[in-house]
Amino acid sequence: MAIMTYRRALHDTLRDEMLRDERVLLLGEEIGVFEGSYKITAGLLEEFGPRRVRDTPIAEEGFTGAAIGAAMLGLRPVVEIMTINFSLLALDQIVNHAAKIYGMFGGQASVPLVIRTPGGGGQQLGATHSQNVELYYAFVPGLKVVAPSTPADARALLQAAIRDDDPVLFLENLALYNTKGDVPDDLPPAPIGRARVTREGRDLTLIGYSRTAHVAAQVADQLAASEGLDIEVVDLMSLRPLDRATIVASVRKTHAAVVLEDDWLTYGIGAEVAATISDGAFDDLDAPVRRVAMAEVPLPYAKPLETAALPSTDDVIAAIYQTLDAVGRRHLKVGHD
Amino acid sequence: MSPATRSPRSRAASAGEPTGEHQRLVDFYRRMLLIRRFEERTARAYTQARIGGYCHLNLGEEAAIVGLLTALEPTDYLFTNYREHGYAVDRGIDPNRVMAELYGRTDGVSKGWGGSMHMFDTAHRLLGGYGIVGGQVPVATGAALAIEYRGGREIVMCTMGDGTTNIGAFHESLNLAALWHLPIVYVIINNRLGMGTTVEASSAEPELFRRGAAYRMAAARVDGLDPVAVVAAAEIAVASARDGEPYLLEVVSERLRGHSVVDPAKYRTEAEVADLRAHDPVPALAARLVAQGVLSDEQLEEMDRAALRIVEEAAQFAEASAAPDVSTLFDFTYATPVDNVGTRYPGEPLFPPAPRPEETES
Repeated sequence: MAIMTYRRALHDTLRDEMLRDERVLLLGEEIGVFEGSYKITAGLLEEFGPRRVRDTPIAEEGFTGAAIGAAMLGLRPVVEIMTINFSLLALDQIVNHAAKIYGMFGGQASVPLVIRTPGGGGQQLGATHSQNVELYYAFVPGLKVVAPSTPADARALLQAAIRDDDPVLFLENLALYNTKGDVPDDLPPAPIGRARVTREGRDLTLIGYSRTAHVAAQVADQLAASEGLDIEVVDLMSLRPLDRATIVASVRKTHAAVVLEDDWLTYGIGAEVAATISDGAFDDLDAPVRRVAMAEVPLPYAKPLETAALPSTDDVIAAIYQTLDAVGRRHLKVGHD
Repeated sequence: MSPATRSPRSRAASAGEPTGEHQRLVDFYRRMLLIRRFEERTARAYTQARIGGYCHLNLGEEAAIVGLLTALEPTDYLFTNYREHGYAVDRGIDPNRVMAELYGRTDGVSKGWGGSMHMFDTAHRLLGGYGIVGGQVPVATGAALAIEYRGGREIVMCTMGDGTTNIGAFHESLNLAALWHLPIVYVIINNRLGMGTTVEASSAEPELFRRGAAYRMAAARVDGLDPVAVVAAAEIAVASARDGEPYLLEVVSERLRGHSVVDPAKYRTEAEVADLRAHDPVPALAARLVAQGVLSDEQLEEMDRAALRIVEEAAQFAEASAAPDVSTLFDFTYATPVDNVGTRYPGEPLFPPAPRPEETES
């Protein structure tokens, strides 16, 4: 067991997988000489050389597509796309090719490819550098999309993604890179496609992934201490496949749900989660499912506007209170105090 | 295409003795004829509604296909675009299985999952026809990267249409291949039309092979109506790729019909159509073989009957092949099995409906 940052967990896992499997190679902009825009790949060029750590030109479509072709011939490329915003340049290769090649050719070629890319914003990066468009990929059968929130899950899911024979979009988050957590030394790969109840509770289910799962855990702890609320937290971990059964089982127990997401509300991941709850736990719900998401604007640069557009902890707490009010439970809780 | 851009034709050997070169030409003709008859049979099956979707034919491209594939070894890899039935057949894939794919049947090269635009066969190293213009170019580049990574001696040939040279993926790929010295030959099949748009109307540098210069990549243009010229040019390109230097080969070809089976090509003038017929590479090679005394008219007819038998058998095979069972719908979403994959048919609910209140009361 070691306590390490999310960044360190990613770095060490990449290194371990490269040591374990000669077929693993890294491609991306500035990952070698520059050691990665967020230093995930620091030291790897020096250790493994330019054959296995390839700095690419600024050509997301070209190098992502090249990684797909290399994967078809049996390599296990791990592509770093500097931020998820830039993955849009490679959308054709990811959606029309990586996701399609296995099925479209009748299962004759698989694409064991990992695309690592961080979402996140809120640092005055402006409209084009602050998006969370993972749902574009979560929409597409043939892709797998994972979104770990802790260093341990980052390690376990990155191992799984690299050893998987399908294309996996591995969602990171700028705000998580410096977060710390325990990472067991002999951690096995985590199964893709499963959510986890990271905190058990009876009053309400709080659902998140990546950064928002982190926020959910913090808010649940805070409200347990200050209000005596018993909130259950579900970390989705995998956006495709989506573990609907775990979501529904939790809501059947708590009868209320709030979904946190960093993307826009309309058509977002939260909409899919809410629809899942409607399908699977309609009779168990005591209040409408609430979603906490970004304001529906291109994210502005000016700090007050940016802050107003992004979901805050207070927004989450307000949504929880409103949901419990609708249930009638918060009133009872307060009455007990 | 101006005469100046055509490569010199191979010298005609003296008539009479069947030389090795003559045998080679006869072989080329047999292969070109098979592509021609296969595509004509495909067009017929399409109009009979036995084939669905889009259907792009290689009519006019036969000499280019045969010339290009002659330069490849069986272990080399081939990526093409969506106009690829002829490549599949000439690469040696059983025409029955190519036709069965067009019919959407289980015996098809892609088990009926791909159709006209997505032929694939691992054994023959045809790693796909690709339906998105330019989509195959980065992917093929990556296949070359894998070869280079392993120190293999295979090469990749990646064909594309003239219109593809204006898409970003083309430029990104050529740049990568040149930077990394990848073993790949990019082939532009310039049939002078991207759907209905001419090369001159879409490309600021209409001599498309010159685009290689932007990447310091060796490049050439060749007459795609002459299989002998195409082989010679392709052999140079393949040798370069095998030495670790990518190559851009422009093959000036013809498209005898519309963009796809359903396109009447009204944007072409009668004079243009007449000119196309005059340059049709299949009868041109037949006439050459007869003129040189290599083949008689009777031999030509016998070859034609043989090709027609093969394609008719392919159509019958395809017709008799089973359609995929609907229970296989979820077989090819993921190569590595994963939890919680939806295997829901359109009308089914995500979760079983809740029991009705009266049922729970009893």
